[in-house]
Amino acid sequence: MSGPAGEGVPASARALAWERRRRALVGFCRQYARNRAGLYGLGGLLLIGMVALSAPLFIDQAAISVTGAPGQRFESPSVEYPLGTDAFGRSVLDLVVWGARISLAVGFLATFVSVALGTLIGIVAGHFGGLGGNALMRVTDWFMVLPTLVMAIALAAVLSRSTLTIVVAIGVTAWPVTARLVRAQTLAVEARPFIERARALGGGHGYVMVRHVLPNVMPVVLAQTTLLVAEAIIMESTLAFLGLGDPATISWGGILQEARNAGAVSSGIWWYMIPPGLAIALVALSFTLCGRALEGVLNPRLRERR
Amino acid sequence: MTTHAGRSRSATPASAPAVDTPVLATQELRVTFAGRGGRAGAHAVDGVNLDLRTGEIVALVGESGCGKSTLARALLGLERPSAGRVVFEGEPLRYATRALRAYRRRVQLVLQDPTGALNPRHTVYDAVAEGLRIHEGHARDERERVAGALSRSGLRPPERFLLSYPHELSGGQRQRVVIAGALILDPEVIVADEPVASLDVSVRGEILRLLLRLRADPGLSALVVTHDLGLAWNIADRVAVMYLGRIVEVGPVEEVLTAPSHPYTQALLSVLPESGASSPVVLAGEPPDPTRVPGGCRFHARCQVLASGRAQGVADRCRGEDPGVLEGGTEARVACHWANAGD
Repeated sequence: MSGPAGEGVPASARALAWERRRRALVGFCRQYARNRAGLYGLGGLLLIGMVALSAPLFIDQAAISVTGAPGQRFESPSVEYPLGTDAFGRSVLDLVVWGARISLAVGFLATFVSVALGTLIGIVAGHFGGLGGNALMRVTDWFMVLPTLVMAIALAAVLSRSTLTIVVAIGVTAWPVTARLVRAQTLAVEARPFIERARALGGGHGYVMVRHVLPNVMPVVLAQTTLLVAEAIIMESTLAFLGLGDPATISWGGILQEARNAGAVSSGIWWYMIPPGLAIALVALSFTLCGRALEGVLNPRLRERR
Repeated sequence: MTTHAGRSRSATPASAPAVDTPVLATQELRVTFAGRGGRAGAHAVDGVNLDLRTGEIVALVGESGCGKSTLARALLGLERPSAGRVVFEGEPLRYATRALRAYRRRVQLVLQDPTGALNPRHTVYDAVAEGLRIHEGHARDERERVAGALSRSGLRPPERFLLSYPHELSGGQRQRVVIAGALILDPEVIVADEPVASLDVSVRGEILRLLLRLRADPGLSALVVTHDLGLAWNIADRVAVMYLGRIVEVGPVEEVLTAPSHPYTQALLSVLPESGASSPVVLAGEPPDPTRVPGGCRFHARCQVLASGRAQGVADRCRGEDPGVLEGGTEARVACHWANAGD
C-alpha cells in the first residue's frame, strides 16, 4: 500500500477507481450527516420502511381480512388494539402498518416511472433541441395541461382496477414537471465549456448525455424524485379514497375511504381517520426532508455556501 | 533560451520533411451565423486561408469579437463552415460522426477558461482520462498514461492530483489538467483558445513555460489564439493578425511584431508600453460589427493611416476595393492597399 510512489496511493486503475468511490461515499455521508433535518427524514423513512417490510412477521394476514377480524366493531383504543378497531373489527394499527406496504410500493414505482420518463425526455429534448426537441416539449406541455386527477381517474376507470393501474396513472401524469426541470437544467449544463471540451475530445451525443449531462442533472432529478414520491403517495391515497384503487388491497387512502363510508367523521371515530392521514403526512414529510438534504449534498455549490 | 532555439527551427522550414502540405489548413473558410428575425447574419469568419505546418506554433491575434475563437472552433469541426473548408493533412475535413471522431483524436482543443472546461463532478483522473476513454475504452495502461500526461504538463507528482476535484486546484493547475487531457492522446495539433487569458499574471508565466516546453516536441503543432501580443511574441513562430473575420497580416513573428505593415497591427503594437512607439494609436470609430462589414477595405473607417492622409494615393481603393483574402503559406503577407503600394 505505502510504496515509494506516494502515501497510501493504490497502484492499479481498479484500486484507484474503488478508492475514488469509497472517498466519494464517505464524503457524501459526512456531508449528509451535517443536515439534521435530512437525518430526521432519513430516520423516519428507515423506520417506516423497516416496519413495512417486516409487517408479515408480526401481523397475521387473517387478522386484517374482513372475515377474520378479531375484535368488535369500532372499539376505541385499548391495550389490545392501540389504535382501536375499524368497521369490521380489524386493528387500525395493523391496517396502517400493512397499508404502508402498498402506499410505499406504489409511491416508489410511480415515481420511478415518471422520473425515468421525464429525465429521458428532458435530456433528449434539451440536448438535441431544434425541431425534435421542440416537438417533445409540446408533447410535454400537452400532458402538463391535462388535469392530473381527471386523467388518472380516467385511466384508472378504463384500465382494470389494480395497483398497477394506479402506478401507470400516476407515472404517466406526473412526468412532465420532471421533463421540464431536466430540460432546463440540461440547457444550462450544455452551455458550459466542459461540454464543448468533451465534444472536442470526440465524445458523441450519447457520451455527452450520459457522462456529463446526466451527472449534472442528477441533483435536480433526485430532489424531484423524493418530492415526487411524497406526491405519488398522496395521489395514490387520493385515488384510493375516491374508490378507484384495488378494493382487495389495503392502502392508506383505502382506509380513509372506508372510514368515510362507515361514517367515522360524523360519529367521532377519530382513531379510524387520523392514523392513516398522519402516516401519509409523515412519509411525505420524510421524503421532502431527505430530498432537501440530498440536494444540498449533491450540488457542490450549495455545499460550499453552507 | 528555448525561445531562440525554437525560433531557429522555423527559420529553416526546408528541413522539415512535409513542408508542402501543412498539417492543418483552412481554405477560404467562412463561418456565418444566421441573423434572427430578418436581421443580417454575422460573418464571424469571412474568408481565411491559414496554414499550420508540422512543428510550428502559429499565434492568431486580434481584438475581442474578431472571429478568432470561431475560427478555432471551426478548426475542430465544432462549427460548420458556411463556405470553404478545413484541410487536415491534405484531406478536407469530413463531418460524418465517425470521421470527426477520428479527427478529434489527433487535433485537440484547449479552452480559455479551465474552471469551466472541467466537469466539477469529475476528478482530475477522470478529466485527463476522458479522451482516452472516448477513443480506446478502458485501456490497460490508463493510469500510467494519465500520470504521464499530468507530469508532462507539470503536475508532479501526478499521484497527488489524481483524486482531486477541480475546485480543489488553483487556476494554473486546472489549466495544466486541461492541457494534460489534450496531451494524453498524443495529438498532432493543439488548438489553444486564449490559454492564459483567464489566469493570474503569476500563473500565466508557468503555463507559458509549459507551452514553450511543448515546442520542443517536434511532432506537435499548435495554433494559439490570443489577444496578448506578448504571448504571441514569446511562443509563436508565425503570427496572423485577424480583423473582423479576416486575416489582415501574417508572417514570421519577428517580422510582423517588429516591423508591422498593416495599420491595424501597428495600432495594436503601439499601445504596448515596450513597443517604443512615440504615441499610442487610438483607433477611431465604432468597434467592428460582423453583421455589417464595411465595403472596400474592412478597416478603412478606422484606419489611422487613411485618416491622417498619408494614404492619399490609394484612398479611393481603400474605400472601394476589397484587398481580398490573403493566401496561405509561410511568407509574410498583408492585406492593405497602402502597405502593398508602399513596397
